[in-house]
Amino acid sequence: MPVVMDADRMKRTLARIAHEILERNRGIEDLALVGIRARGVPLARRLAAILRDINRQEVPTGALDITLYRDDLMRHAVGAQPVVRSTEIPFSIDDKRILLVDDVLYTGRTIRAALDALLEFGRPRSIQLIVLVDRGHRELPIKADYVGKNLPTSSSESVQVHLTEIDGRDEVEIQG
Amino acid sequence: MKKDLLGIADLSPDEIYRILETAEAMREIGERPIKKVPTLRGKTVVNLFYEPSTRTRTSFEIAEKRLSADTLNIAVATSSVLKGETLADTALNIEAMAPDMIVLRHASSGACHLLSRICRSRIINAGDGMHEHPTQALLDAFTIRQHHPRIDNLKVAIVGDLLHSRVLRSNVLLLTKLGAEVWVSGPPTLMLPGIERLGVHATASVDEAVTDADVIMMLRIQQERMQGAFVPSLREYFNVFGMTAERVRRAKPGVIIMHPGPINRGVEIASDVADGPYSVILEQVANGVAVRMAVLYLLAGGVEEGD
Repeated sequence: MPVVMDADRMKRTLARIAHEILERNRGIEDLALVGIRARGVPLARRLAAILRDINRQEVPTGALDITLYRDDLMRHAVGAQPVVRSTEIPFSIDDKRILLVDDVLYTGRTIRAALDALLEFGRPRSIQLIVLVDRGHRELPIKADYVGKNLPTSSSESVQVHLTEIDGRDEVEIQG
Repeated sequence: MKKDLLGIADLSPDEIYRILETAEAMREIGERPIKKVPTLRGKTVVNLFYEPSTRTRTSFEIAEKRLSADTLNIAVATSSVLKGETLADTALNIEAMAPDMIVLRHASSGACHLLSRICRSRIINAGDGMHEHPTQALLDAFTIRQHHPRIDNLKVAIVGDLLHSRVLRSNVLLLTKLGAEVWVSGPPTLMLPGIERLGVHATASVDEAVTDADVIMMLRIQQERMQGAFVPSLREYFNVFGMTAERVRRAKPGVIIMHPGPINRGVEIASDVADGPYSVILEQVANGVAVRMAVLYLLAGGVEEGD
């Protein structure tokens, strides 16, 4: 299993993305982070912590579950429904600049679902996309604004992001 | 999940927990400014009600609409049933119009099992005779878990008309599956013979049943199902078996008092108890929507292998 990002590299990657966020948005006024479940949520919280260390200001952070917005629900005659987890966005997104966070950008379908889900909560001023890994193979016209690592893959491979909060270690690996 | 939700009897503890955890996520949708998700877009759900119902029918309809299903209500008072059509024929005719799910309430026990055999649509039991009312038991368990996260070390007392109650049957099945200690009590004429075989303690003394109970569930006196004199008078029933303010005072601190509704004030429960601080009756109603959304969502998926 080739490891393409270790814990140290991940830490520096997130720090670099945090600085890019500050540079592009000229500060953190009106910013809010929303992580996509599961692994976008701890990534969003880590970015919030880094931004707090740099700017001494809290960026509101939420969690979004996109299961009920998926475009592949109920297309299979066999198999259980995917598990639905709760969405927690404890602030108004109206007129905020939303930073949407996910671990891997692949077909773009998850992001499409996330945009639909998010827009039901209000009318943000803008939405920017942050991903730890962009592995290509887009099926929808979606592009990330901040990318931790561009990772050329074949579609038979799978990219696994492991995070301490969920998996007990920080690591990105390619399988298959 | 299996194809249909006919009763708690068919569910494993894992499936029960899966429904309750999905309902937890569904509850948040009801708190949003736009209380709707696109999940069941293009699915048709028929609510076929052969018995009067306000709470259950409204709750199912709201749940269906929050999931973006197209819903259709058939109340028997305005349907061809009055012209003599049988349940099976009505169901087959509805089925010919290709709905995805049928929510059925019927006065005969086993009506949902009949539909399950003859229909391709998913069948959800919204109460069949004196048999089961699975979504009520699920929303009761959901409500209990909001106050007592672990059901397996609770004492639950269920008091009232045991004989006619599908709510009792579904709750007993569910609570014993999850490991709760269940006590039941009611007048001898309304006891259910052999109920101990379901793993519950039965007693003629309401006070014995409710002592140290964490949850007290009152059942409605179902006068519409009673043919003959089961209780001498409603006033006497209240004095002997009702949930009075005095009984609440003697109950365990932190007890919650539940009732599936509709309540008969002053018959099985005192008015000031129903409206009092220990009552979670309206929470039960609120939770019903989230629990029914969870059931609709989970049933809309594929049939799992092995079922």
